[in-house]
Amino acid sequence: MKKIVKTVTAVLTAALLLTGCGGGSAPKETANEDAAQDYALVKEHTIIVGTNAEFPPFEFMDDNGEFDGFDIAVMKEVGNRMGMNVEVSNMEFKSLIGAMEANQLDVIAAAMTVTEDRKKSVDFTDSYYTARQYIVVQKDNSEIQSFADLDGKKIAVQEGTTGDFTASGEGSVNVVKDADVKRFKKGADAIMDLKNGSVDAVVIDMNPAMEFVNANDDLKIVEDETETEEYAFAVRKGNTQLIEAINNCLAEMKEDGTFDSLIEQYINE
Amino acid sequence: MQAIIQTIIENFQICFIDGNRYRLMLNGLRMTILASLCAVVLGVVIGLIAAIMKLLGEKRSVHSFRGILAWVGHIISYIYIDVIRGTPSVVQLLIMYFIVFRGNFTFLCAVCTFGINSGAYVAEIIRAGILAVDHGQMEAGRSLGLSYARTMRYIIIPQAIKNILPALGNEFIVLIKETAILGYVSIMDLTKASDFIISRTYRMFMPLIGCAVIYYLLIKLLTLGLNTFERRLRQSDIR
Repeated sequence: MKKIVKTVTAVLTAALLLTGCGGGSAPKETANEDAAQDYALVKEHTIIVGTNAEFPPFEFMDDNGEFDGFDIAVMKEVGNRMGMNVEVSNMEFKSLIGAMEANQLDVIAAAMTVTEDRKKSVDFTDSYYTARQYIVVQKDNSEIQSFADLDGKKIAVQEGTTGDFTASGEGSVNVVKDADVKRFKKGADAIMDLKNGSVDAVVIDMNPAMEFVNANDDLKIVEDETETEEYAFAVRKGNTQLIEAINNCLAEMKEDGTFDSLIEQYINE
Repeated sequence: MQAIIQTIIENFQICFIDGNRYRLMLNGLRMTILASLCAVVLGVVIGLIAAIMKLLGEKRSVHSFRGILAWVGHIISYIYIDVIRGTPSVVQLLIMYFIVFRGNFTFLCAVCTFGINSGAYVAEIIRAGILAVDHGQMEAGRSLGLSYARTMRYIIIPQAIKNILPALGNEFIVLIKETAILGYVSIMDLTKASDFIISRTYRMFMPLIGCAVIYYLLIKLLTLGLNTFERRLRQSDIR
């Protein structure tokens, strides 16, 4: 018995010590690193950018397995201007906010739409892009002309995206009713399901929709009036210094034309 | 301390009570149990056939028609087990869903995938169980005038079942946990239900821990049942 008590105490002490160390290894403060300290980054001098590289043209993996896309390019430029390294961390879209709350990410750059619900968990920078939801259907489908036609249909979406909320009847405009929603981890999987004919439509943001339709001859886009939505970068709640810094960089980039050239390069090509 | 408990209760409220999300978890749990139950039944049937096919072909000569048939069966069963054990179940599931079933009959697709997957492991379990029965049993049976099939049926299999059942229970446990990948093909199982809650609440702790606890309880229950069962089987043993 004594032995057990001893072991347990030892283990507990070790655990306490370890957690103590974790807290203690916070970045040391030195005068010339003040600027960096203010951003409350996970890793010194590095902005860890979380993304879901399944959403062309905003983020995707290029042929060499490198992360690329508009969001990534903008964040790299922002990091450049702030004099910091940028590290990309790829994960499922729905995990991004949780990962940032768990202190694993500094910024989410994933074509994330600003919503009231998300604002409860993260703070957003200035919006950098305005998008809408598109419906993608098979080319010979003439039945679906608008969001109202989607009621009661089978719809494939990417889990946790605005398209998912719209199809699940949780949006505010053009709410689809009683649809059978199949949620996939990737937009491309939802598109595959549509191509296989097991769903009637895919609801997804306009730019990926255009990318997917360009790559698949048998699909087409159905446009309908929808609420526009604003993409913005998200940062940990209360990290105002970082928001300000990113906003400043974004404004600068818009002023000197870098932003437009990136739009040209990735989105309007 | 009180603050921590407060946060936990609040989180629990948001994740499971609001919007009746606990129902999602329960429906997910039902899907998990249903899919793994059906898959285990299918797996045992496929496994039994594969095991017998593999065993029959082992010692037959290729000089008679029946011998050749047994040999072909052996080869088929060998390739089946080899391929299924050599590929990850996620890949098998994606192939079944997107290529074989083309997105239709989602539940059937899930059952088939895991049934076929589990069948390969079950086949090896059954084969090992049969081989573990002392060779003298077969010799005794044959020397008393029983045919190969009857010796199998009345002497070998009853003894082999004792070896097989505990390992089969283990396979069932593995299978239940394997079904956690069903979310890849949009099936709302328990893991996917917690995924859904994460995507709506942006909280990870509660859904993930809740999901883990439910899996644990489910498997604990199963383990207890299996232990009792195994003890019963051992009652007649003199050891």
